[in-house]
Amino acid sequence: MATLKNFFANRWGIVGVGAFIGVLAALLQKLGNPGNMGICVACFERDIAGAIGLHRAGVVQYMRPEIIGFVLGSLIAAYIFKEFRPRLGSAPIVRFVLGAFAMIGALVFLGCPWRALLRLAGGDGNAILGLAGLIFGIWIGTLFLKNGYNLGRTEKTYTSAGWLLPLTMLGFLVLMLIFPYVKGEAKNGILFYSLKGPGSMHAALLISLGVGLAIGFLAQRSRFCTMGAFRDLILFKQAHLFTGLLALVVFAFITNLVVGQFHPGFAKQPVAHTMHIWNFGGMVLAGLAFALAGGCPGRQLFLAGEGDGDAAVFVLGMIVGAGFSHNFGLASSPKGVGPYGIAAVIIGLLVCLFIGFTMRKK
Amino acid sequence: MDSVVDARGLSCPQPVLMTMDEIKRVDKGEISILVDTDTSKENVSRAAESRGWIVKDVQPDGIGYRVTISKD
Repeated sequence: MATLKNFFANRWGIVGVGAFIGVLAALLQKLGNPGNMGICVACFERDIAGAIGLHRAGVVQYMRPEIIGFVLGSLIAAYIFKEFRPRLGSAPIVRFVLGAFAMIGALVFLGCPWRALLRLAGGDGNAILGLAGLIFGIWIGTLFLKNGYNLGRTEKTYTSAGWLLPLTMLGFLVLMLIFPYVKGEAKNGILFYSLKGPGSMHAALLISLGVGLAIGFLAQRSRFCTMGAFRDLILFKQAHLFTGLLALVVFAFITNLVVGQFHPGFAKQPVAHTMHIWNFGGMVLAGLAFALAGGCPGRQLFLAGEGDGDAAVFVLGMIVGAGFSHNFGLASSPKGVGPYGIAAVIIGLLVCLFIGFTMRKK
Repeated sequence: MDSVVDARGLSCPQPVLMTMDEIKRVDKGEISILVDTDTSKENVSRAAESRGWIVKDVQPDGIGYRVTISKD
């Protein structure tokens, strides 16, 4: 009965959604998004932070419509299927801090888990180090979970509270329509744009928004989560979410082959560096932070769309974390890690361990 | 006497962890799990079935659901 009610929550549903994301992400690259970055939740939130001037790294400033679409698509699905449940109050400050450090870690590697998978599907060998780090970080997270780590219960709240992040995203979209990208201009009104670098590479607004809405809708239905995929495999030996993740890699790989985007190797990969230890280390931090917060960055956007105010705080933490990353020289570039990136990863790990060890209920 | 797991307000994987603990503790019989999201309802049902339990009943309960699982 439960399976009939939600097709997307069964095995073929999650595989279908993973495949859909894989194909569309690879195609978005073909249509203008940066290399092996058809979709990257961390990178795109970082671009949004740049677009509104929270950092002023000139090459990564763009109001990414995919992110807006993720939240709004999930909101629409949640309303249609009567799953919009405004809730909050499960340690929001902790989620903010986890979001900020998750972003810092992801930007040392240069990608969220989705992009790590897309980089792998595009032939970037450095992604193997990133994914290994991600899995290791999540594994540490499962040890905390087994030992009673728990951020506490949410409370039901006002519907309007659940709407705040979706409304923020809607506001971002309106800003983008009022102050659109003008060719050759680094600023229009209050929004910053990139003239070169990844921030200057994007598919057309309506295509990006449409794909974002579709993925947001389907991911809300299927509960697609890359962190959960590894966590459930480690914690419960359950491969449900993992099959979706595998489908994403396989279908992105096939699409890359078909459109000529598969270039195997380690050196000179798009928006990537070859410092193996810090590709690994950055993602250990990100993976641990995602595990402690209960979702990968994509999943946090979808949860925020269905009314989860704590996930919304995690999202804001990530956007602010991107500001810190670029203002403080923590983020990597194709040349390698930033001047203070290594210190930030170590501090981030210590903060995550502090959270993991002290926030336990027995 | 039925055992009840109250996982309302907890996000994944807590509801599944609590259900697994209870399954280990009682071994067989009937367990009711209270959850407040559809995701938790699906996750708990899937986890119980993977351990050889049967999802006997899913009823709306307050703002969420009461999932009843059983094993003879």
